Amino acid sequence: MSKLWALKKSIWVFHLCTGSCNNCDIEILDCLTPKFDLERFGIVLVGSIRHADVILVTGAVTRKCLPRMKLTWEQMPQPKLVVAIGSCALSTGIFSPGYNIVGPVDKHIPVHAYVPGCPPKPEAIIDGVVKLLGSLK
Amino acid sequence: MSQVLYSMAAFVVFPGFLFTAAVGLLVAWVDRKITARLQWRVGPPWYQNFVDFFKLLGKETIIPRGASRISFLIAPIIGLIGVTLVSLILWQVNLNPHQSFLGDLIVILYLSILPSLAIVMGGSASANPLGALGASREMKMILADELPFIVAIFTPVVSIGSIKLDSILLYQSNYGMMFTHHLSSIIALVVAFFCLQAKMTLVPFDAPEAEQEIMAGPYIEYSGPPLAIFKLTRAMALFALPVFLITIFLGGFQFQGLGILWSVVKYLVILVLIILVKNTNPRLRIDQALRFFWLRMFPLSLVGFVLALVGL
Ligand code: SF4
Repeated sequence: MSKLWALKKSIWVFHLCTGSCNNCDIEILDCLTPKFDLERFGIVLVGSIRHADVILVTGAVTRKCLPRMKLTWEQMPQPKLVVAIGSCALSTGIFSPGYNIVGPVDKHIPVHAYVPGCPPKPEAIIDGVVKLLGSLK
Repeated sequence: MSQVLYSMAAFVVFPGFLFTAAVGLLVAWVDRKITARLQWRVGPPWYQNFVDFFKLLGKETIIPRGASRISFLIAPIIGLIGVTLVSLILWQVNLNPHQSFLGDLIVILYLSILPSLAIVMGGSASANPLGALGASREMKMILADELPFIVAIFTPVVSIGSIKLDSILLYQSNYGMMFTHHLSSIIALVVAFFCLQAKMTLVPFDAPEAEQEIMAGPYIEYSGPPLAIFKLTRAMALFALPVFLITIFLGGFQFQGLGILWSVVKYLVILVLIILVKNTNPRLRIDQALRFFWLRMFPLSLVGFVLALVGL
């Protein structure tokens, strides 16, 4: 119980791009700027996947990225959560006819929260993370 | 028997592990909060570092394939013990100067390298190229800052003519703070301050664990409880090492009446200075850091040392 409480209050996120157009990634970084300041809630961006609790995936998964995405997910310590950000990650979006797109993120790794939008606003991303935390038991 | 129990309690509870850990995590929050305010952010709540610590304790520990298991797991503990002992000795001497023993200054100097050595050990044991890179940079950082640091710390020793911490404290309570009375000690304080920054690998000298280029360097493969211990060690060092500086240059800690307030103010001034330097400087490359310490700080500390020999 206390473990869960601590997890909710201190989320370290890792940011993984699987072939997005880079706009979603910029919106994620926007969340950490002074205007939105996610550190208020204990959310910190970390550089190493081993430190992360939540992994933010953007982009329609490309063939090249697929093994890397799986590897990254496997290397994460338990308990681990995945948030898919942007229409691409949810449904491959505008890239779906692409010859090298192997599908939305949740075809390959379990996703716990979806944040739609192209790109989603920082408010939407924060809302997604908050809803994800609210659903934890 | 009771003597043994007393020492155990001193090591584990006050002023050893628990005390240093609690205050250290709080101080690390001050660091985060001031950093946030400087960047026009709100910053985390005061209990954030405690929550981070407990969260990490509940996470899985992964030992990478090819890593040297024992040294990978034992490295954080070595660092923790080192910084706990530094804090323990410093507080015992500050609380009760009779607890000082011959050469405690040297013991503290030795022990204060342990956290850095632990980082080197953990980084090289983690079987990760970036970890090894961070470890090698950390090793260079030790080589860079240790020489000027030792010369700077020994400057007041030369001025006073005694190597025991209690006589340094006694001298300062009789004649006033070291750095207001000796030109040599002012120079030594400046040098020691920068070396402290490097010992804690804070920003101008944080090449060993540069988040953006080598992804936390030696810590890269750590997860769960070992990472929690490393974070705790860093927080405790942020508390214990400035106390060392205050004991030697700024008259130590007083525990009567207004003295308590004055001691806290001294500590906070040093802490805020460290945080300001951290937030207003770019990261130096490792060769620039080496050059800074060997070609600027070391000659400066030698000047201070010679002035102390002359008696200034
Ligand atoms: S969802 Fe839109 S903004 Fe985000 S990566 Fe895809 S195309 Fe770019």
